[in-house]
Amino acid sequence: MSDTPILWDETVQPGATWSHVLKRGTALRMTDLEGGANAAAIFYNFECPVERYNMPDTLKAQHIARLTTGFVLYSDMGRILCSITGDTVGWHDPIGGCSNVSLVAAKYGEARYQDCRNDYHKNTLDSFKIELGKWGLGPRDLVPNVNFFSRVDVADDGSLSFHTGNSRAGDFVELRAEMNVLVIVNTCQHPLDPNPAYSPKPVGLSIRRVPSPAADDPCRLSRAENERGFTLTERYFL
Amino acid sequence: MIVASQLDPKDAVYSHVIPAGEPWVHEVRQGQHFRIVDLGGNQAADTLFYNAHDYADRYSAQDTIREQGNIYLTAGTKLMSTGGTVLLTIVADTCGRHDTLGGACANESNMVRYAIEKRHMHACRSSFLRGLIEWGRGMEKRDITSNINFFMNVPVTPEGKLTFEDGISEAGKYVELRAETDVLAVISNCPQLNNPCNAYNPTPVEVLIWDSPGV
Repeated sequence: MSDTPILWDETVQPGATWSHVLKRGTALRMTDLEGGANAAAIFYNFECPVERYNMPDTLKAQHIARLTTGFVLYSDMGRILCSITGDTVGWHDPIGGCSNVSLVAAKYGEARYQDCRNDYHKNTLDSFKIELGKWGLGPRDLVPNVNFFSRVDVADDGSLSFHTGNSRAGDFVELRAEMNVLVIVNTCQHPLDPNPAYSPKPVGLSIRRVPSPAADDPCRLSRAENERGFTLTERYFL
Repeated sequence: MIVASQLDPKDAVYSHVIPAGEPWVHEVRQGQHFRIVDLGGNQAADTLFYNAHDYADRYSAQDTIREQGNIYLTAGTKLMSTGGTVLLTIVADTCGRHDTLGGACANESNMVRYAIEKRHMHACRSSFLRGLIEWGRGMEKRDITSNINFFMNVPVTPEGKLTFEDGISEAGKYVELRAETDVLAVISNCPQLNNPCNAYNPTPVEVLIWDSPGV
């Protein structure tokens, strides 16, 4: 976890969307300000966005169906987009996906801008598409997302259940950028959140400069696969 | 769930054997039944589906597992698109479980998973790319998203681990899907030689299509 000075901090309002090119050598800390937040996120290599976060490669390289400290987010090109260098939650969901307009309407009813102003009901899929459009990307560039702060349990028979109370106020997760990474974050509720009320939560963001991963970096050494992933990432910058 | 099909291969309007290591791209029309047969046993058929009228609307692993509340695909599973379309329904399955979290192998992911010197070994995402390039119509790498691995067994444990277990398929087992809209099917018959899931012996699979059976 880093303790270098914060260069920038900002709050992503409930249901809102944020994007940024996280530079190699910096880290993004996301903080659950009130407890029960969800931060849906997708990741791209900013220099060549057709290289992007790959859920299956991330899961199978590390034999995981959850994310926490020591794990990394893989691109489809065998490189590491971000490493998880700090986490007070212990479980972030990589499989549950994101909400869409029909799911939000069915669960929470209609709430349009005309009547509700900026409290209108947002959904993650449309929010991702709009934000991707700002970077010249489109619906064909959508990929499976990570849901930070949320947990989905998988039973022995494969059934899914949302784990309420996974993240508390003040919990945070820190992502160190290993490449120049376009990250898009949206704070709508998790699609499996059983709460019948539309009540997305805010997420705090802060960015710091951090040292390059050392030879004994815990994410590098967590598995032989990740050592090779770091090697391939470092070769990309040679 | 084990469900056998009543359809007879001799009534199929199309059949084709896909050798291991080859792509196959084909349109399946609404109402047609589409079967994939594991001819040699425990062979991964890495499969992508697209809405044939809008390729941006494509199979989504996350939407499919969330809508059915289960990570395993079997008879009864509706294959969902990113746009909320039901692309196909699995109507018969003699294997019992198929994976959609393990993805497809690539030269680059093989370098991470096995060894950097594995780069040269043939991989599914190269077959997907070759299939899409030959199909044309503007399809390219960004259209390759999370796929289905028919006949593969990739359990998740309650502790959040992803495991690769011995296969539960065998020679002659099949999965059959009904197209709920016109779809484009893209298969890479997996050439993976680094993983015991196929006993290090990639084998052919057969695809068959029947017109709307009404039987």
